[in-house]
Amino acid sequence: MIDVMELARHDLLDPGGLNDNQLQGVLHQLAGRNIDYADLYFQSTYSESWVMENGIIKGGSFDIDRGVGVRALSGEKTGFAYADDILMPALQQAAKAARSIVKQGDEQAVQAFHKQPGHVLYQPINPINSLSEQEKISLLQRVEAYIRSKDSRIVQVNLSLSGEYETILIMNSEGHVSADVRPLVRFNISLIIEHEGKRETGYAGGGGRYDYLQLISDNTVFDFADEALRHAILNLDAVDAPAGTMPVVLGPGWPGVLLHEAVGHGLEGDFNRKGISAYSGRMGEQVASTLCTVVDDGTLPDRRGSLNVDDEGTPTQKNILIENGVLRNYMMDKRNARLMKMQSTGNGRRESYAHLTIPRMTNTYMLAGKSNPEEIIASVDKGLYAVNFGGGQVDITSGKFVFSASEAYLIENGKIGRPVKGATLIGNGPDTLMKVSMVGNDLELDSGVGVCGKDGQSVPVGVGQPTLKVDELTVGGTKS
Amino acid sequence: MISKKSDKTFVDANQFHALSQEILREAEKNGATQAEVVIALNKGFSVSAHDCEVETVEYQQDKSIEINVLFGKRSGSASISDIQPEAIKQAVHAACHIAKFTDEDPAAGLAEKDELAKHYPQLEMNFPWDISVEQAIEMACECERQAKKIDKRIQSAEESSITTMEAFYVYANSNGFIGGYPHTRHEISCVLIGKQGNEMQRNYSYSIATDPAQLESIATIAKDAAERTVERLGARKLKTMKTPVIYLAEEARGLFGHFIAAISGGNLYRKASFLQDHLDKKIFPSFVRLQEQPFLNRALGTAPFDDEGVATRENVFIDDGILRSYCLGVYSARKLGLRTTGNSGGVHNLIVKHGDKNLAALLKTMGKGLLVTEIMGNGVNLVTGDYSRGVGGFWVENGEIQYPVTEITIAGKLQEMYAGIQEIGNDVDVRGNIRTGSVLIGEMMVAGS
Repeated sequence: MIDVMELARHDLLDPGGLNDNQLQGVLHQLAGRNIDYADLYFQSTYSESWVMENGIIKGGSFDIDRGVGVRALSGEKTGFAYADDILMPALQQAAKAARSIVKQGDEQAVQAFHKQPGHVLYQPINPINSLSEQEKISLLQRVEAYIRSKDSRIVQVNLSLSGEYETILIMNSEGHVSADVRPLVRFNISLIIEHEGKRETGYAGGGGRYDYLQLISDNTVFDFADEALRHAILNLDAVDAPAGTMPVVLGPGWPGVLLHEAVGHGLEGDFNRKGISAYSGRMGEQVASTLCTVVDDGTLPDRRGSLNVDDEGTPTQKNILIENGVLRNYMMDKRNARLMKMQSTGNGRRESYAHLTIPRMTNTYMLAGKSNPEEIIASVDKGLYAVNFGGGQVDITSGKFVFSASEAYLIENGKIGRPVKGATLIGNGPDTLMKVSMVGNDLELDSGVGVCGKDGQSVPVGVGQPTLKVDELTVGGTKS
Repeated sequence: MISKKSDKTFVDANQFHALSQEILREAEKNGATQAEVVIALNKGFSVSAHDCEVETVEYQQDKSIEINVLFGKRSGSASISDIQPEAIKQAVHAACHIAKFTDEDPAAGLAEKDELAKHYPQLEMNFPWDISVEQAIEMACECERQAKKIDKRIQSAEESSITTMEAFYVYANSNGFIGGYPHTRHEISCVLIGKQGNEMQRNYSYSIATDPAQLESIATIAKDAAERTVERLGARKLKTMKTPVIYLAEEARGLFGHFIAAISGGNLYRKASFLQDHLDKKIFPSFVRLQEQPFLNRALGTAPFDDEGVATRENVFIDDGILRSYCLGVYSARKLGLRTTGNSGGVHNLIVKHGDKNLAALLKTMGKGLLVTEIMGNGVNLVTGDYSRGVGGFWVENGEIQYPVTEITIAGKLQEMYAGIQEIGNDVDVRGNIRTGSVLIGEMMVAGS
């Protein structure tokens, strides 16, 4: 078995000739009186992407980003600096800057280093090497030829294949040392179809923490291509979406973006420590209908949002956020947990060494209920059935959130009717979750496309849910 | 008040000019027929305060190098965050390796020599802020203290922050272009929480400028943030209806942002724009004029040359409401059989011509309708023009604000919204690359209860 810790030390510390004594020295210098906690976060990311546009391999890129972030915590204060050279002088300078939040204080011994183990949810492999360049290109060519042959109305096809190999090493003033090697791959297709002067677009994609071979097994990428085409053709037929408040049935899988926005962000520790979330101070209260059990689970094998350890070295967990409608847990990083006298839940994440760790989601989903999806749709007289979405956004303080349907249908007399154009759905998190009146038995996770933005930092996440019915949600169409 | 432009930079410009030439030579050594390189460096810090105490101090210092090589019409790219010679060699090698596998693309290649900016103006873009971390912390704390005094419903704050950044940018290519300049950006922001009964609302104010002397005062930002937060309290839903809409200037910016995206080469050659084949067609009412002003001193979008070394220019995109020019870079222009408009990387200060009414007069003109002050979500389809967003704002009757509204959507088609613009106010918001006043649109669909 590959020793992830050795791999990380070799990749991150060896090139600059850094050893444990020196690094303990840096932490020692950081962790003086009045500093509660300090950590070093070494990271290297190798990423590539190949882009095909209308049959031409238009470009490819290879990117390397390496650096080290240094953080010191003192009460509510955080000092943070980083360097994009993993070398002693740069590291010492960053440490000095990070420590400057505390005006004086002596040095203090730190605990001897000991390894902190994590999960093994994915393999420490470099996906970039799992196919040759020729194979990557040939794959894109085959998908392009395949989808073009399916419909002559296609006027534009954009394909991309990207892979990332990220290695991190975390050392903290408590003596914990953790490492992780995180592969991530993704395939995307978007196409435009033109029919009788009308153009529409379709999109699909997915991936996870594995190599290209797994990504292309079972013809998944061809399925994505079919899905994009189906989506575009459907949009050609779409009529104007309705406007107003009505019952909405959300399909399984990616529509779980609802939970990410309506519940997830509002339960992140930083907002709740400051008491500025719509869910603040509501622990133990009924915040959703009793049918709702929502979890954030960083421990799902191979998933885009999963991590063996979070970016503070804490092994990820399956955290129950809402259980039968009752608020049970917030998502915590070490800093907010410490200040709220709680424990980290393994949700401390950062975009890179150049960003501060904050509480973030991993894979957020609702557990399956008992209803058949058909029965849920049959229960609606007049409403909307939304099965695919673009992104979403939330105001965590007022609780209001939006998410944009990209594939939706009218429901009339309990039957799925005509497709309607994309429309924004708007609601208020706690109100909307109280109005969940049916939960399906068909839990699905998304295909691996989620990117979550917070405080200017992007991280990969997952979402999921079974089919569910919200009795009232405002649909932002144009037809009254 | 404005301050004097600084000639000082935090890096040695000559060193990075020389580095760009070394990289081009390295690419040539590897067999590339053409090459280009971007070197971007920045340095600064940001501080945030919460409960009138410092919460975070972050020091930023980044460098990045992007290399693009061409072997005939085949291209490859690489980027690194390291300027050591070994890393640079590795990156050039990686870019050249990729170019072995990409296809011949007839549109690929650098800008033609006659398109490159031979002489470009020295613009006023570099104004380092002489401020210590301690002073910035004190300012951020003071901002929150002042905001809390303004209204007793402001009981807490999310954070107040100060950010200052100096950057240095070099672009060079093997057609003989080399250009570089330092530029700065500074920001003060204040995010507050207002409470009334069980209701809690969040809102903010900010000021951003290249010259710190042009930043709004702490007192102004604190007052604006507090007022904007408490005025959201007591928000109701509206009934579903058709109604006139005013986009407050800061939100109206997005309307013109969608327009620029729709006339951008990348979307046009991909047939992904609802403004495909609209050159010389009427898009807006006759009073609308949209012009680019890349040479404005101290503006946020100012640039003497674009991302391909092409001279920027005062493009007129809309005149008399008619589309006069697309927004193109070299690649998309070739795809469309046109010439670049110096817009690789986007538009540089888009100026929306305004009328002579202020916001109050605009509200009077509308009489009854919705004033939109907040937009959520990304429900804009540029292929079709379909538009649906979550919004918050105020209900207006008799030209006066009546009460705040929330949890509603507005929807329409961008084509119809553009044609339906009735007035553009003189309350221009300069905190961005697009400068516009508030915009009154005749009718949109509002979805609510």
